[in-house]
Amino acid sequence: MNELAELVPYLGKHKPRAARALVILLALVAPLIAIMFGRTWVRVLDFALLYMMLALGLNLVVGYAGLLDLGYIAFYAVGAYTWAFLASPHFAEAFPALAAGLGAADGIHLPFWLVLPVGAALAAMAGIILGFPVLRLRGDYLAIVTLGFGEIVRIFMNNLNYPVNITNGPQGINLLDSMNLFGWDLARSIKLWGVKIDSLFFYYYFFLLCVVGSILFIQRLQISRIGRAWAAMRDDELAAKAIGINIRNMKLLAFALGATFGGVAGGLFGAFQGFVSPESFSLMESIAVLVMVVFGGMGNIAGAIAGALILTALPEILRHIALPIQQALFGQVLLDPEVLRMLLYSLAMILMMLLRPGGLIPAHARYSRPEFIAAGEARA
Amino acid sequence: MIRLLEARAISKYFGGLTALSEVSLTINKGEVYGLIGPNGAGKTTLFNVLTGAYVPDEGEFVFDGTELPTGKPHRVVEQGIARTFQNIRLFRDMTALENVMAGHHIRTRATIWGILTQNRRTREEERLTTERAFELLRYVGIERFARTVSKNLSYGDQRRLEIARALATEPRLLALDEPAAGMNATETGRLRELIERIRSDGTTVLLIEHDVKLVMGLCDRIAVLDFGKKIAEDVPAEVQRNPAVIEAYLGGGHHAQ
Repeated sequence: MNELAELVPYLGKHKPRAARALVILLALVAPLIAIMFGRTWVRVLDFALLYMMLALGLNLVVGYAGLLDLGYIAFYAVGAYTWAFLASPHFAEAFPALAAGLGAADGIHLPFWLVLPVGAALAAMAGIILGFPVLRLRGDYLAIVTLGFGEIVRIFMNNLNYPVNITNGPQGINLLDSMNLFGWDLARSIKLWGVKIDSLFFYYYFFLLCVVGSILFIQRLQISRIGRAWAAMRDDELAAKAIGINIRNMKLLAFALGATFGGVAGGLFGAFQGFVSPESFSLMESIAVLVMVVFGGMGNIAGAIAGALILTALPEILRHIALPIQQALFGQVLLDPEVLRMLLYSLAMILMMLLRPGGLIPAHARYSRPEFIAAGEARA
Repeated sequence: MIRLLEARAISKYFGGLTALSEVSLTINKGEVYGLIGPNGAGKTTLFNVLTGAYVPDEGEFVFDGTELPTGKPHRVVEQGIARTFQNIRLFRDMTALENVMAGHHIRTRATIWGILTQNRRTREEERLTTERAFELLRYVGIERFARTVSKNLSYGDQRRLEIARALATEPRLLALDEPAAGMNATETGRLRELIERIRSDGTTVLLIEHDVKLVMGLCDRIAVLDFGKKIAEDVPAEVQRNPAVIEAYLGGGHHAQ
């Protein structure tokens, strides 16, 4: 978890251990602080963690492998809709006769440890389906095709209620099962020694666990032969071919693995939200995640985390400040908070390009194990 | 003499242009084989066809008894042919060490599962890759720059790093595309020592080079290309005396006769 130290300016450079401890501590107590300002803020933190997973996954594709993907949210959608189909009453409502015949009169309700892997696998498959036709594309061309892919998936979700009702169309699917960890329903608040513990806390720590798992996995990938192959491919595709890297496989692997993170995050989103509809997976969402990665610093775990946290929290903070201020100043609301959010994103990007083109935390990613390097230098 | 690489009547056309016309040559194990010719003679095209970057229109390569796959660069590297580029192509944002480690990719086997669990085999492979990369950096004489990001290396060191990266693929034939280009006399001298060492350590070398002194001094045999055709293949002393070669290099004064 060395990258976490980079999240703390100054201290991270000089006392990485202290910085890391600080980050972990903050991550653990964050919801306790947030709840003092109201439940909304814990909810915002929960969403920030989901976006972190998305940003980490997209960073794999864009930051490490250098493949610009503007349709990443499609994988999030695949994960979310998998959850919606396999863990909700929808199946029974859409196919009552079939459901009754199969003994699933109240819909399919599979446990999370089955639905999440299925969602991840379907998302990975979607990643490969996207990957094959774009193998030879680069830069702008790749961006356009991935953008189209994202829209295709959203339009599918919007229209797959006929002739067979799979996604329930624009109305979306309701009453999704919440996250149930072997009998422990995360959506239910618990009273412990007279203190009510909000369900949002449970989700927070569960999501946190998922983010930590993602970080560990990605970090290990980065310092492996695969991480180096991606970096090589990104820096110079021709040279990467010349040292024997199988470009096709490495690209498909990047798309598939990146999509896997999106699929898992999507499933978590479905369980957390209890409702999915196509409008959650618009192009703007893809762009938002991409902005998080670029704003935080491409090719960098800490960057993706910082970008996701800041760009999820800031608009919410702004929303709470901007409305009262506008009311006080003009007596009415002139700028809708949603408009402000887009303004803020654009402003963040422009400022970043001018002042810090490498992102908030510029990547100085390493692709080898520090202890082995030290050993090599000691021998020399 | 054991044949290592045999090119059999290789032809390559770009539209109406004949870049290579039935070029055949044989490289023996353990030699430094030079490939020279005026600009545009087809030397780099031959490299690209050999290493799988281009698919030849006719002919085939036989490497150590087996036919080389065409148009599949990674399979060619796997067979044991590595190359460098005329205009240096390093992985700019990786350190010198990581560049060489990346070169070892084809000889490593770690799977996603092994990487995720960091099992003993993966860690051991990773340790060996790092160790081997250090050895290669030492071999080409730039181990003190192991941690330097490759775009910050000097020109000569970048050339050396590219050779180290190619050696990391464990080739039996190392193909160098104008390694001395842009080097001064001292650097060229050190490069020559390096190539001689690579040869004496058992790797066959195919060398494209414009520096005549280097080629004549270093190569065991030389092939000369002109307008996509092989016009000579012999030991350096004979090639230097060959009238067709002199004509190709000095112009068509002999045509009138």
